[in-house]
Amino acid sequence: MNFLAGTWVGVWLAGLGRITLLSREAIASVLTFKFSRRDVLYQVYFIGIKSQSVVIVTGAFTGMVLAAQTYFQFHKVKMDTATLAVVSVSMCSELGPVLTALMVAGRVGAAIAAEIGTMRVTEQIDALRTLATHPVDYLVVPRLIAANIALPLLTVESMSVGIAASYFVGVYLLGIEPTYAWWNMLKYSHDSDVMIGMVKSVVYGGIIALIGCYKGLSCSVGAEGVGRATTEAVVYSSITILICNFFLTMLLEQLCVIFGL
Amino acid sequence: MIEVRHLNKSFGAQRVLEDVNFRIEHGDSVAIIGRSGGGKSVLLKHIIGLLQPDSGAVLVDGENIVAMNERQLLRVRRKFGMVFQGAALFDSMTVAENVAFGLRRHEHLTEGEIARRVAATLDMVDLPGTEKKNPAELSGGMRKRVGLARAIIYEPQIVLYDEPTTGLDPIVSDSIDKLMIRVRDQLKVTSIVVTHDMRSARRVGKHVLMLHERKIYANCTPEALFASSDPVVRQFVDGVADP
Ligand SMILES: Nc1ncnc2c1ncn2[C@@H]1O[C@H](COP(=O)(O)OP(=O)(O)O)[C@@H](O)[C@H]1O
Ligand SMILES: [Mg+2]
Repeated sequence: MNFLAGTWVGVWLAGLGRITLLSREAIASVLTFKFSRRDVLYQVYFIGIKSQSVVIVTGAFTGMVLAAQTYFQFHKVKMDTATLAVVSVSMCSELGPVLTALMVAGRVGAAIAAEIGTMRVTEQIDALRTLATHPVDYLVVPRLIAANIALPLLTVESMSVGIAASYFVGVYLLGIEPTYAWWNMLKYSHDSDVMIGMVKSVVYGGIIALIGCYKGLSCSVGAEGVGRATTEAVVYSSITILICNFFLTMLLEQLCVIFGL
Repeated sequence: MIEVRHLNKSFGAQRVLEDVNFRIEHGDSVAIIGRSGGGKSVLLKHIIGLLQPDSGAVLVDGENIVAMNERQLLRVRRKFGMVFQGAALFDSMTVAENVAFGLRRHEHLTEGEIARRVAATLDMVDLPGTEKKNPAELSGGMRKRVGLARAIIYEPQIVLYDEPTTGLDPIVSDSIDKLMIRVRDQLKVTSIVVTHDMRSARRVGKHVLMLHERKIYANCTPEALFASSDPVVRQFVDGVADP
């Protein structure tokens, strides 16, 4: 593989390799309980509670615009009462998890990379290591677990707020008949849609935490190092989320068909 | 006992250490001197396993730490305390939390016991009553002291100092020197002090290692160093730039 060294493919593969090693180290640490529950709790607070406003606003306005746009199209073919069904299915299986993850990547992924990057530049990571503490146990694992817990919760919140907002827009602003709209929504949304959304959000939580930590830990020492790490954490986790979303949709829908969910 | 054998290290094309050899006995106190950018910090980080050499061995009490992975190193690092050049205090924590960090990781103590040990250690570094302060509120000299308190609270056998007096005024530098001597004598630790402050090296070190052009150029007592007529040593000791 030496012919790739120095080319962007080589650099990309090397990065992928290192992030895989980091993930393996993190999973080993989770399985052997080498982390502190107090740190996990604090991170859940930071990632979960502090992301409320962004997630609620994003969820609400996405639900609203989705309701409006769907209504404008469906109205032409007299299918007004199917509006909420479309909104609910897409909020649960696609937009809820993806938009929540993208917003959290921007807020939390950036914060993780900046915090750990600053610690690296100021030798605090080395100080941790001299104090017989593995940076993965102390920094990566609590963030990883917390993101895996917080993201599904935030996603459910975004789904609910989105659907509620779309109901409000559809029924009160656009005048859709509420009973039929509600009934259609329940008829066409399935448990599997919510489940797909949940599985996706756990995966995206992992992506955000791992890429943020990786970028922070490998931050280059220098004035612009932390800035670059922060930007790259957001860009790479957002792109990874969007790419994974496509494959997860294909995979999970197939699984649902196979298992008859 | 620490022994470094045939240590080589480069960063990319830049060679930093070349065939470095020395031995530090238990209870000794050694000053490592050399020009800025000469690889003193790099050498110190190899001793505690923060950096991996390209080749060579670092033996700590007979164990080669170069062959160890990060998890195995954690056990060996309990023997060490390290004071960083920029203090490297955890800035999300108070002084007390910083100082208690190693203690919480190494030993299972009650909160009361931890608070008592933190207070005693802060006393030892002449910073009594600063527990609740944030690192950002401290001056450079105070940060170094907190860094030292954090490194010695769990009673390590070896304390490494990276430029403890650099960037401090002469009076504060003097107090840090005295502190290092106090720690050495009270806790009976092996001290390794990286410095380019000759006065400090002379006061704290029983031995001096001089790093020059990537190699150990001199390994002797401070008196022998000051009395040396070798031009390279003289230039460093007298502090004259190349003409
Ligand atoms: N992590 C690193 N990556 C690349 N180069 C480094 C790294 N650490 C140190 N260096 C280089 O090694 C040389 C020696 O550095 P250092 O040991 O910090 O010198 P000093 O003797 O002043 O402590 C410097 O030229 C520095 O640029
Ligand atoms: Mg240095």
